[in-house]
Amino acid sequence: MSDSSLESLIASPETPGTKHFPPFAADEALEAEAVKRLAQFPEDRKRSAVLPILHHIQHHHGFLSAAAIEWTAQRVGIEPIKVLEVVTFYPGFRQSAPGKFHIRVCRTLSCAMGGSYELMDQLCELTGIDRASLDPHHHPIAVSPCGTWSVEFAECLASCGTAPVCLVNDDFHEAIAPEKAQALLDQYSSNDH
Amino acid sequence: MSNITYKPGKEPDPREYRLIFKNVDREGWDTSIETYLNDGGYEDLKKAMAMEPKAITEEVKKSGLRGRGGAGFPTGIKWTFIPPNNTKPVYLICNCDESEPGTFKDRYIVHQDPHQLVEGIVISCFAVGAHVAYIYIREEFPEAAQILEKAIAEARERNFVGANVLGSGFDVEIYVHRGAAAYICGEETGLIESLEGKRAYPRIKPPYFPAALGLYMCPTIVNNVESLCHVKHIIRMGGDEYAKLGVPRNNGTRILCVSGDVKKPGYFEVQVGKITMRELLYDMCGGPKDGREFKAVIPGGSSSKILRCDESFTLRGQGPEGSDKSITFWDIPMDFDSLAACGSMAGSGGVIVLDDSRKMSWVLNNLNQFYAHESCGQCTPCREGSTWMRKISDRIVAGEATPADIELLESVAYQIDGKTICAFGEASSWPVEAIIGKFREELLAETSDSNETVRMSPEGEAQRRYLQKA
Ligand SMILES: Cc1cc2nc3c(=O)[nH]c(=O)nc-3n(C[C@H](O)[C@H](O)[C@H](O)COP(=O)(O)O)c2cc1C
Ligand code: SF4
Ligand code: FES
Repeated sequence: MSDSSLESLIASPETPGTKHFPPFAADEALEAEAVKRLAQFPEDRKRSAVLPILHHIQHHHGFLSAAAIEWTAQRVGIEPIKVLEVVTFYPGFRQSAPGKFHIRVCRTLSCAMGGSYELMDQLCELTGIDRASLDPHHHPIAVSPCGTWSVEFAECLASCGTAPVCLVNDDFHEAIAPEKAQALLDQYSSNDH
Repeated sequence: MSNITYKPGKEPDPREYRLIFKNVDREGWDTSIETYLNDGGYEDLKKAMAMEPKAITEEVKKSGLRGRGGAGFPTGIKWTFIPPNNTKPVYLICNCDESEPGTFKDRYIVHQDPHQLVEGIVISCFAVGAHVAYIYIREEFPEAAQILEKAIAEARERNFVGANVLGSGFDVEIYVHRGAAAYICGEETGLIESLEGKRAYPRIKPPYFPAALGLYMCPTIVNNVESLCHVKHIIRMGGDEYAKLGVPRNNGTRILCVSGDVKKPGYFEVQVGKITMRELLYDMCGGPKDGREFKAVIPGGSSSKILRCDESFTLRGQGPEGSDKSITFWDIPMDFDSLAACGSMAGSGGVIVLDDSRKMSWVLNNLNQFYAHESCGQCTPCREGSTWMRKISDRIVAGEATPADIELLESVAYQIDGKTICAFGEASSWPVEAIIGKFREELLAETSDSNETVRMSPEGEAQRRYLQKA
């Protein structure tokens, strides 16, 4: 693989959500997290800390940029491509910014029976996201024009008994019938825009 | 236990037998160590630390505990697979990936009773000689990861975790490790690769049986959250007493998670095999929704083979004097061996119920979308086959399939099953094989637009709008 194609793989296109996240910076908090996580594994197994470090970065910066991937690779002592292949494998990692509030709607069987696809319809309608132009699955995630919201289908969130369910950032919400879409959004938009 | 009260509307069903879920939805209960200690918490750890590690394994063997993660393998026997002449470190991994569709039990343990799990892990580490345990928790449980981190810190302050546990000379550390939303991380060798910081590509068995060659090529015991919690109760009760719960070879309690088309979905901890399908779905879950009839049940997570509610089964040698016994779907006892004898499996305990408003083509398509998305892509039959199956079921749902497509779909499934590195191959092909095998006519009828046997439910219509274009 030539350098230029690797670069294009690592590129992080801007989205309307980009403005909500500070650009990647190897700050003290990140270094402290890296030290803490590296200590949880044997000396010669630093690579095990890749996922926790990436989680910390994504949590604070919204997505994993080329700079973030390179920093992580350098910190655990592996090639950047080895971090990139992790980033591209896991649906939980992103290479572009989501909205300020990222909504993951469970689409698996019990939630689908409970109306999760209608819930997705509602959320898209209310946030101005055009689902029709997108892959029905995880990638790419869809961001609203204002950058406040983004949506993504998730697979079974292990709460099938209270279907349909979703996650908004790190908050779990259960029994969100399609009619409750507006009320769900209000919980976030009222205190923060 | 008689002084326990539960939150209004969350009271256990009278047919339940709560060991693991004793504190779930309990009035006045929280996740702090004080609450746990006031309830007699960590007493079982103290008891275990006074035993020989081998004796703990012996009790677990006697208990007959079978893994609650899916495969139902006896826990005590798994523990003895660590090579006797081993000189490498031993690791214990708690599998908290809980990602099999239909399963939602570990969620409540880790959110509401984290110390029960920590206690179970420390006892198990002591038994197998592990000084480090990792709790591999799915990324979509962010709050639970924090709750567990806090519980471990509290346990360390009281010396239940850390150096020289309770003055025994035994050291143990527990770390919480978050996954990143990939189902395959629930498969134990995929999990191990992920914990090593790589793509979760499952390893081939043999030779990579984790108990011999696991994390960092060291002996590694992987157990489900619920399984590890049971260990604590086995130590308290003694293996023999524990084994009296349930039915022979299917001992103890287990949590059944019911979702889908029932009046009252939810979780029910019952003695294994002491409850039948009828009791579960009618008495405990309130029966079908008004005006509906039950059609089919997926009994042990989405990978288990679907059963029709109008089927009958022959249980070999289970009648009087070893004769065969014929039972209806409704009489199936909810245990490992009975469900296997009926051609399905108890799996992870996730029971998904479908009523007569559900068209099987979209049920199948929903599951095919899951498996096509979650294949790790390492082996060709699974990677290509799961996507191919999704595309064929897309066609059926879109009304563009021919009868030959049903045959093709079935043949693709049989070309995956048994020909892959890990059991995901079976997990993805069994739903297809079973749904076609049992609902062939319904599916065939759909391939001619003049004869649709079951109308699409509104939810099915909504899913149809999101079909992939390719
Ligand atoms: C595709 C696949 C997914 C799995 N997902 C899970 C899971 O989410 N949680 C789990 O405990 N076991 C899961 N398992 C089973 C594990 O591989 C392993 O058998 C189990 O964690 C062992 O624990 P137990 O003996 O206590 O059941 C999965 C297996 C396969 C093949
Ligand atoms: S069977 Fe599927 S999930 Fe398992 S290793 Fe092969 S490609 Fe990966
Ligand atoms: S199907 Fe949505 S939580 Fe399981």
